[in-house]
Amino acid sequence: MAAQGRHGGQESNKMTALVVDDNTVNRMIHHRLLDNLGIENVAVVNGKEAVDIHCSGKTFDLILMDMDMPVMNGIEATRQLREMGIRSMIAGVSTRSMEREIREFIEAGLDDYQEKPLTMSKLISIVHKING
Amino acid sequence: MDRNRLQHQVACMRRSLFDQGYLDEPFIQLEELQDDANPNFVQEIVTLFYTDSARLIQNIEHALNSRPIDFDKLDDYMHQFKGSSSSIGAKKVTNECTVFREYCSAENAEGCIRSFQQVKQEYAILRRKLEVYLQMVRQAAVSRTA
Repeated sequence: MAAQGRHGGQESNKMTALVVDDNTVNRMIHHRLLDNLGIENVAVVNGKEAVDIHCSGKTFDLILMDMDMPVMNGIEATRQLREMGIRSMIAGVSTRSMEREIREFIEAGLDDYQEKPLTMSKLISIVHKING
Repeated sequence: MDRNRLQHQVACMRRSLFDQGYLDEPFIQLEELQDDANPNFVQEIVTLFYTDSARLIQNIEHALNSRPIDFDKLDDYMHQFKGSSSSIGAKKVTNECTVFREYCSAENAEGCIRSFQQVKQEYAILRRKLEVYLQMVRQAAVSRTA
């Protein structure tokens, strides 16, 4: 299912993404990876900002959601976004390796999960899922 | 310096950074993300890593000197540091961060203090080597365009 990104109410054919990560280095790398694929992207630093940006009316084709963040973590943010009716592709990215923790993250409403560090090939596999 | 010799030196130093385990795969990705539109990407990320690391090292030192030690806070800081290190491919630093986190989860203060010395040492070594390497890369780039 291909989602349409919307900026300020105007339809755009360019894919859009939201990076949600409290780590500065990771945000910069994820931003560059997305740029390289021609995906317009913005970054926020925790789950609450991810929810707030959606409350302001913005939506994205793809959300790259870190798990461990202050204020609101990725599990809670994913849950809230799904409760708000957000149907974007949400890909969890985390360094966690315990199955129980990953399962909790996935059950919160992820469409995909990738172990950090995120690579170009992992990102491409996520994007392919959006394009069907 | 002769251009070819400089480029050869750059290649040798790069190979040794990987062979000796200072860097691994994610660093290669950073290099691949550098292009004509983003010619300084590697340096920018590495500089960001230094700034971030300095802040986290200071926070960890402060937390280790506090009594009682807040192991949850310590683990949060080290989680951040490990995340950044791992993302740029700083293999030895990342491994030392893992050791620290094991002591942290066991609430072993002595172990944390000892392993933090190792983290700082590996970070300092990597930083020195990266600074030399990236300086050589810049020199080689200038010599190519000369």
